[in-house]
Amino acid sequence: MDLSLIDWSRAQFALTAIFHWVFVPLTLGLGVIMCIFETIYYRTGDEKWKRLAKFWIKLFGINFAIGVATGIILEFEFGTNWSNYSYFVGDIFGAPLAIEGIIAFFLEATFIAVLFFGWNKVSKGFHLASTWITVIGATLSAWWILVANAWMQFPAGMDFNPDTARNEMTDFLAVALSPVAVNKFFHTVLSAWMLGAAFVIGVSSWFLLKKREHEFAVNSIKVAAIVGVVGIALTFWTGHSSAQKVAKYQPMKLAAMEALYQGKNGTELIGIGVVNPAKEAYNDSVKPVVAKIAFPKMLSWLATGDLDAFVPGIQDIIEGGYETENGTALSFDQKQEKGKIAQNALKVYRAAKADSIQNEKEACDSLRDARRVEYVQTMAVAREEIDANIGNLGYGYLNTPEETIPNVGLTFYAFHFMVIFGGYFLLFFIFAWFLNRKGVNGVWAKNKWLQLLGLISIPLAYLTSQAGWIVAEVGRQPWTIQDVLPVGASISKIPTSSVQITFFVFLTVFTVLLIAEVGIMLKSIQKGPENE
Amino acid sequence: MEKIKNIGDFFKMYVEGFKNLSKTSKILWTIIIVKLFIMFAVMRAFLFPNFLNSKFDTEEEKAEYVIEQITNN
Repeated sequence: MDLSLIDWSRAQFALTAIFHWVFVPLTLGLGVIMCIFETIYYRTGDEKWKRLAKFWIKLFGINFAIGVATGIILEFEFGTNWSNYSYFVGDIFGAPLAIEGIIAFFLEATFIAVLFFGWNKVSKGFHLASTWITVIGATLSAWWILVANAWMQFPAGMDFNPDTARNEMTDFLAVALSPVAVNKFFHTVLSAWMLGAAFVIGVSSWFLLKKREHEFAVNSIKVAAIVGVVGIALTFWTGHSSAQKVAKYQPMKLAAMEALYQGKNGTELIGIGVVNPAKEAYNDSVKPVVAKIAFPKMLSWLATGDLDAFVPGIQDIIEGGYETENGTALSFDQKQEKGKIAQNALKVYRAAKADSIQNEKEACDSLRDARRVEYVQTMAVAREEIDANIGNLGYGYLNTPEETIPNVGLTFYAFHFMVIFGGYFLLFFIFAWFLNRKGVNGVWAKNKWLQLLGLISIPLAYLTSQAGWIVAEVGRQPWTIQDVLPVGASISKIPTSSVQITFFVFLTVFTVLLIAEVGIMLKSIQKGPENE
Repeated sequence: MEKIKNIGDFFKMYVEGFKNLSKTSKILWTIIIVKLFIMFAVMRAFLFPNFLNSKFDTEEEKAEYVIEQITNN
């Protein structure tokens, strides 16, 4: 397979996903905060909260409008660039994506109109309900997209059908409520609250810097800081749970996140470090990290809840032989062997099926019955072998153990960026809440350095959020479906140049949209909240 | 407009809402329409054909091709 085709297809998908993720977290995070503002207005009847709610709803609307349907492009790419993958998983993805579409269309499209057109035309209660339903609808949409993503990281509730070459859903709840999906949903949505809170505090800080709208700004910060503290604290909590899922189902990703090549009991957690570029092979003696500050035994605790537990490194995972809760870990060679058995059984099954069809058409009566029995037996044996080894099918496609290792440097740095700035945001929101307590006389309202910090925290929040997705998606390479389908077997055999062309078309369109988003957003912020 | 009392008023809210769009809202709607046009009428139609649908007519042929691809290494 042409490596440049794989890389361009990946680059295009990454570009689209990263761009899409510029809009989604602000919709989810700002959405919750504006709901709280309007709820306060509903409860107090104080017009200042209505003015405040209307301003943030306007920014929510701008973000929503520019970002709408950007995710659909990912589905275009499935059909064109990732056709094998798309066909292979089609039946699993169909239900979650259809539900997502219905929820998005009916809930959001109906109630978002009331949100923007319904002020003074519906009761305060109905308007508030519409605001909440719009945001809950957007959040539920995210659930189904994340269910689809989680299934790729932890395929559950499916059965591979060798007749159709597709995975078929056998247990909807196992797909919709898989532990990885549930955890991914909460981790992702709560991190979006963090981003929304950082956005509100940043914009409010800008008003304070400009010595405008003091009361508006401090009231906005007051609510956003609390949402931010709750959001980031729960993001850390679900992050711990996420690490445990990764340790269990995607140990190679966890090893790459920590540049851990040789595991041990009581493994340290690197707080900050530099990956050694001189390390060339997973089994050489070169140190993987040249400078680091580490916390003893904490990776073992993070991954398992036990300070002394064994955490396998990249070399351990490739060589196997260590104990897991499901028995002794298989080596790459053993998994590859199982993958090849599954591949071969698949070929045998398909050949026997084709022969049996031919037999039914052409053979004479006496031969037909005898051969029919033979084909049925061959297919039954092959089916058993497929079922027994389908979980390692993808290894049969790989040639060397090195192919199972994701980009360690990128995964490592993205993970540490996410964690370090996650920690920064925990402190940031606590300080924002504490220093804003006395309102317009509070420290935040008077100190321009804090306000500047608030402002630069907006891009930092975006980078932290994107870093999380880089960990999740780069760390799971080379798999599109964990252990079952690698990227090389997933892509369409199309000219690399066509993927390059569409990459740059997207880059142009996305850049224009982003400029439009930022431009309209800045103009609306400069205009400030309106007086009725 | 008075407060909504029945389903007819509800639809009037949409009509009045679109009639009285602010300048920013008009720009946003223009962006949405242009974007959807580019995505579906240009990209989907010309740049993103469904690979398997363009090569094969039946599900059996597609299945055969995909099996060959995922077992061919």
